[in-house]
Formats: sequence, C-alpha cells, structure tokens
Amino acid sequence: MRRRLLPSGWHLLLLPMSIVTVLPFVWMVLSSLMSQAELNRFPPPIWPEAVDLGGYRTVLEGSDFPRWFLNSVLVSGSIVAAQVVLCGMAGYAFARIRFVGSRLVLVLVIATALIPFQLTVIPTFLIFNEAGLTDTLGALIVPQLSSAVGIYLMTSFFQSFPRELEEAGRIDGCSRFAVFFRVVLPVAKPALAALAVITFITAWNDLFWPLVVINSEEKYTVQVGLTTFQGQHRADWPAVMAGTVLTTLPVLGVFLFGQRRFIQALTGAVKG
Amino acid sequence: MTSTAPALGRATGRAQPRDRRKLADNLTGWGFAGPATLIILGFSLIPMVWALALSFTDSDLMSSGRNVGLDNYRALVADPVFHQALRNTGLLLFCYLPASLAAGLLVAVLLNRRVRGIGFYRTCFLVPYIASATSAGLLMGYIFDRDFGLLNGMLVKVGLPAQGLLSSPSQAMLVLTAIFFWTRFGFTVVIYLAALQEINKEILEAAAIDGAGRWAVFRHVIVPSVRHMTVFLAIWGVIDVLQFFDLVMTTTKGGPANATVTIVYYIWQLAFTYFTAGYGAAVAYTLFAGTLLLVVTGLLVARRRGAMR
Repeated sequence: MRRRLLPSGWHLLLLPMSIVTVLPFVWMVLSSLMSQAELNRFPPPIWPEAVDLGGYRTVLEGSDFPRWFLNSVLVSGSIVAAQVVLCGMAGYAFARIRFVGSRLVLVLVIATALIPFQLTVIPTFLIFNEAGLTDTLGALIVPQLSSAVGIYLMTSFFQSFPRELEEAGRIDGCSRFAVFFRVVLPVAKPALAALAVITFITAWNDLFWPLVVINSEEKYTVQVGLTTFQGQHRADWPAVMAGTVLTTLPVLGVFLFGQRRFIQALTGAVKG
Repeated sequence: MTSTAPALGRATGRAQPRDRRKLADNLTGWGFAGPATLIILGFSLIPMVWALALSFTDSDLMSSGRNVGLDNYRALVADPVFHQALRNTGLLLFCYLPASLAAGLLVAVLLNRRVRGIGFYRTCFLVPYIASATSAGLLMGYIFDRDFGLLNGMLVKVGLPAQGLLSSPSQAMLVLTAIFFWTRFGFTVVIYLAALQEINKEILEAAAIDGAGRWAVFRHVIVPSVRHMTVFLAIWGVIDVLQFFDLVMTTTKGGPANATVTIVYYIWQLAFTYFTAGYGAAVAYTLFAGTLLLVVTGLLVARRRGAMR
C-alpha cells in the first residue's frame, strides 16, 4: 500500500500540539531578554519591549555561572570520553570474545539498570566520604565512567558488526588490542557518536548526584548552580531565565546536531 | 567463530594449543570488559548490600550508628510523610503512566505517515525530553507561579480567576504531573513510532480490505503489534516515575505542606538534609522492593499474554 500524504486535517491537530510543546522554551528565551521591571509586571508580557541583556550580564559577570559551566564541560567531557572507550571495549568483548563468565556478567550489568540510583546513593556517598573524595569533581566523574545502557548499546551494535574487517586485521598479524583500536573503532564511529550524544545529555543534565556530593560553590555544575542561583535571585527572573537558556543551549545543540543518531540509538536499543 | 581467526594467521606455522588460545581469549575478554563492568557492578552491588545493612541502623551519615533492628521499617509504617509520598508516587504510576502511554501511542499513529514536516514535529516533541529537569522545572515553576506566573497572567487577562497552581496543596501535584508529562511525552512518541514502522503494511492492508474501520485497525492490529514496546515503555516508565526527583526539587521542594513529596525526594531529605541516613536507607529499600515487585509482576503478566517474543 502506498502511504498517502497526511491529510491536512491532521496538521490542524499536530501543529498546535507541537507549538504548545516548544512554546515554553520560546518564552524562556524571550523572557531572558526582558528587563527586570518588565518581567515583574503582572500579568507578565509575552514579547519584550526592548532587548535587555541585564539578565545575561548578571549571570555571566555577577555570579559564578561561567565557573559552573566550565565544571560541567569538564565533568561531562570526561564522562563521555571514558564511556566511549570503556563501554566500546566492553561491548566488543561481550559481542565477540568468548570468555569465562561473560554471559552472567552481561546479564548482571543489564539488571543493574533496574536499580534506582536513590537506593544506592547513601552508601555511594559514604564510599566517597571514606575516601575523602566528596566535594571534588572526580567524585562526579568516577561513578559514571561506564554505564549499563552504554554497554548494552555497544554489545548489540557489535553483534551486528561484520566480522570480515577484524579477521583481515588479525591475519595481518595485529593483536586484538591493535585490531580494536585501529580497525574496529574507526568503523564503529556512528554507534560511538550515538553513545556520546546520549551520555553527554545524561551527564550534563544530572542534578541529583552533584547536589549530594558537592558542597563548595566553586565546584558546582551548571544544574546545581542554577538551582541555588534561583534561590538567591528570586526577584531577578530575567537572570534566572538567562541562566536557564545558557544551561539548555549545549544539550540542545548536541541534540540538534546528533538528532538522527540519538533517535537511532534510542529506538535501536529498545528493539535489540 | 572468532577463535578460528588466529589459526588462519598461523596457517604456515605450528598450530597453537587449544588451552593457550582459550586462556588468551579469557585474558583479552576480561581485559576489554573488566574496567567497565567493575565500575558498574562495584557502584551498584556493594552499595546495595551496604544500604540494606544501613537500613537496620540509626546512622546519621557521618557515623555508622548502632543497630536498631527493624525499628526504621516499623517507623515507616506510621510515617505520614511516607504515606503522602506513596500516594503521590502511586498517582503517577497508576494514573499518569497508563494515560501517557495511550496518548503517546495515539500521537505516534498520527505521525506514522509519509508527511511533510514529520521531522519537525518529532524534534518539537523531543526538545522537552532532552532539556534538563532543572531548566524545565525553573521555567515551568515560573510559568505556573501563583503570583507572577504567565498562566495566571493570561487567566486574569481573559477574566478568569487566578489559580493556586504550584502553591495550592490540592493543585500542585496535578500541575507537577502535567509538567512531567510534558517532559517525557516525546520519548514515548519516538519509541512507539519506531515500533509502528516495523508493522507489516500487508496486515494493515488486509485489515482495510476486510472492511475494518480505523478504530478496529487500531484496537486489533496496532495495539497488539506494539505490545512489546508497551511492555518496555511501562517498565521504563515505572523506573522513571519512581525516580521522580529533579522537577520536585526545582519547583515545589515537596511543598506546599508535603503535597508534592515523592519517595525519592523524601529519601534525599531524610539522608542529606535531616541526616537520618539509616531511616532514609529503609525508605530506599522499601522503594526498591516495590519497583522489583511491579516490574516482575508486569513481566509475568506480559509473558502470560504472549507479548514477549
């Protein structure tokens, strides 16, 4: 059956729905450009009378926001790099190498995805406390160096990966390690990119763990910083909205840039 | 077989003994998979056991506390805030979750055609999903603010009475649920859309030829065909709902008068603001037992109905 074009009637339903979905974000940008006096009026205006960058100035010059942003970049960047390598290697091993205990371990790893982090958060905090590592950026990175979802994604990817390439590499006398890094990884780029996109979005957006383990303001991530910033600048909504815009931009950028990969990975993971 | 590859490489030389090749596979296998799995299992299994032990103590987070047996679990039965958290989490599980799955499937069916702009719609629906709960919470907290918010502003403009919204004990949880729905909707749609694209077009065609109406096709062809996705989304949704924290933290902080407290928000409060870590661990373990029970029951029901392939 040839798929017909959607009757225009459906657009009448879908268009308003999608607009309602993104409208709050549009207003987020608009309100960040208003002056404090303008936004404090009731009812609040929808469109700014004039572009006022006061909110952005407060965030960028009058707060530690740039520092928080940099912390988030460092933490998320390290997590992405680590997961791409570690989950990539683990997925490859689970899909390709026969070793003692591989099946059991893989099942255990996937089962951990069902354990809510809130169950393990108190002892995890205590572990870092014992090690004297609370209130460090390292404490934010270490628990997320690898992830069950990442291993699962990579395992199912490598299961459908053609073997010929590696075999050619091995015939040339390369070690398994060399084959993985020189032959397999370059070809696996699309899957690794998908993993990187998902990992970045998760890491960047994390609030719970940083909130628990970080105390000093100069080590906040953007999400924690933004939450406390709102507490301190209750009346300065343009500034809060400016901070929200700046916090959302990186994930939005990564998402729009890697959207196809992101959706493929999401749906592929579910189907696998 | 991977294990034949090295043998090929040494076709001219002496064949490697089998045991050595096995050993090599074990070493490389664990070398590759070891670091990633150790981190995951180390940060889940050890804390899981530790949390159980902790739940039988009166630990204040800084000291390990003394053994109090089942006292924490007994206290929980009589704790009104815990009851409120259970009610709120239950509302999300049994009302929000089924409704959100149904709505997601309906929209996915609408989007499942070759249509100009489908990518645009999909992107729109996914934007709230990828934005952080902090951003979404602050933004929506402002829009739904009782005194300054955009929504009340619009209501007043058109002559309707302003609502209590996030400041009203009776409305706050509903508003919060709506915000949660808004952030998760795109994910449900995209997953269902992928499942719909797998449905064999001939079946739909045959149904249409047999004179099945739109509703009949939906009810008897589409719903059963995507059942495995429904199972996945339901399990995912249960985990997601049980971890509902960030939005609460950035909008209502559990208030007003604990109206929007969820179980995980309560765990966080208990452990990290009241420093009753032992009690917090008991609540966490109760939550975990509940999750496990729900997921396992769900899977059993799904299997009995033949949804799992």
